[in-house]
Amino acid sequence: MESLSRFLAFLADAIVNIGDWIRGLLLGAGLADPWVSLIMKAIGAIVVAFFPLMVVIFLIWAYRKVAARMQGRLGPNSSGTWAGPYGILQTFADAIKMLTKEDIRPQGIDKIPYNLAPILVVFASIATWAVMPFGPKLIGTDLNIGIFYILAFSSAALVVFLMAGWSSNNKYATVGAFRSVAQLIGYEIPQLLAVLTVVMVTGSLRMQEIVGQQKIPLLFQLPVTAFIFFLASMAEVNARPFELLEAESELVCGYFIEYSGMKFGMFYLGEFMNSTAVAALFATLFLGGWRGPWVEQAPIMGTIWFLVKMALMLLVWMLIQITLPRLRIDQMLAFNWKFLVPLALANLCIIGLVNKGITEWFPGGVSAWTRAGILLMANVGIFLATWGILAALERREQRRREAWRAAQVGEVEVSA
Amino acid sequence: MTVQQVLFFLFGAIALGAAIGMVTARKVFHAALWMLLAFFGVAGLYVLLEAPFFAAAQLFVYMGAIGVLIIYAIMLTRGMMRQRLPRVNDQWWFAGLLAAVLLVVLVWLVWQHPWATTTAAAPEDSLNRLGLTLVDPEGFALPFEVASVLLVMALIGAVTIVRER
Repeated sequence: MESLSRFLAFLADAIVNIGDWIRGLLLGAGLADPWVSLIMKAIGAIVVAFFPLMVVIFLIWAYRKVAARMQGRLGPNSSGTWAGPYGILQTFADAIKMLTKEDIRPQGIDKIPYNLAPILVVFASIATWAVMPFGPKLIGTDLNIGIFYILAFSSAALVVFLMAGWSSNNKYATVGAFRSVAQLIGYEIPQLLAVLTVVMVTGSLRMQEIVGQQKIPLLFQLPVTAFIFFLASMAEVNARPFELLEAESELVCGYFIEYSGMKFGMFYLGEFMNSTAVAALFATLFLGGWRGPWVEQAPIMGTIWFLVKMALMLLVWMLIQITLPRLRIDQMLAFNWKFLVPLALANLCIIGLVNKGITEWFPGGVSAWTRAGILLMANVGIFLATWGILAALERREQRRREAWRAAQVGEVEVSA
Repeated sequence: MTVQQVLFFLFGAIALGAAIGMVTARKVFHAALWMLLAFFGVAGLYVLLEAPFFAAAQLFVYMGAIGVLIIYAIMLTRGMMRQRLPRVNDQWWFAGLLAAVLLVVLVWLVWQHPWATTTAAAPEDSLNRLGLTLVDPEGFALPFEVASVLLVMALIGAVTIVRER
């Protein structure tokens, strides 16, 4: 009984306890403290960097399996060659196949940018994981600019698409690179404005502080912001309704058309890793990150909640990916600049005013529930106003179309 | 040498080397990439100065926005993408003169300015202080607002230029 409760106490905060255990082991081996800290940091960095890679291996399998089931197929399975139960080892087999493929370099490429681009894609997506809060005490580094750091890296990663597209010496790749700029920069604006709204309400850029402020998950306080952020990040990670950089049917994979073997694999990996990062970001910003029942008693539950929320977002991402057709480039840009950006700006202004108003009207402070209620009311107001404006625009468009049709009919009659 | 000094020289070398690479690159696209690397080196220096906000802003604004803008401009310029262009035109002596004068002025400024040094650690709430100073009427509220008005003007100007008539 004694050992069982000790084991449970160890398990309750397993990751931190394992860390402490390794630290104790190193100190016991006679290493000086700064060196032990350095080694611990290095181990932490390796674990954090491998986490998205591990997730992606299973994410690719899950994605293929879910997609297959939704389309009435079996997906990866063991009916032919054995690939583990439910074909779970299929991704490993694919990865090994990719590693053994010949490294084909087309003529006329720009060697250094061409070879550097796939590495930088993976680098940029791993780098964003450094500030993800996995649990109450589990975070790579709790920077005071946390969320801004993530956005900065995803913004700087844009250049990599240009490098890949330009250096491939292929017109489809170049068009894909051009589109990447039009799409990613465009959708960065609503994403940024949504994050700014979150930062304004929580009052911090620090990831742990944003999680700590969410007694009520922000999804239920700022649903419009969550909606904007979700759509914009779908576009940022190049998911299906906004999948214009790849566009297999017209651009035959866009900016990475000329890549093969493991270099192609790295772009593929980077894309899935970005999706995972965005799902984790959404879980942190809007679903309360590691917050959930029993986290005080057993901090390991925080990590589990975080992973569950992330998996939920990934499932939503998959379902949308599999169901929706692709937008046209002009539709995608119009949707961004004529709908998402104005909505995000209005949302930012209104939530900013309301949030400031709450602080001004209730000088004695206000409970989290009251604040959440008022913010939710403001969101409902924004939603109704948006709906009203869209309906009015639609009616006007319809009238114009009818008038145009009537004019056409009139002309036909005159000429007859 | 401490670790910090090693890192300082490393990032400084990246920034300077990339800057030299930029002015000597034969292709304009390569020059742009070198420039981004130089920006990255400067971002590393900001990290060493315990100013993470500036480092992230450097990545965000210079690499993410200005870098992409420059590459885009290069891609849209006729004949800039493929062929190797001559590195100098017949105004090289004038540009060289200007650059030399600028270098002399900058070196002189850096030399004669009394740089305040401190061994104290950077304040924990430097980000909050920065934000408050930017919107403080006693601080930088006016330049801050002027900058935003300028950006709005650029935005409206861009919309006006591309508007269908």
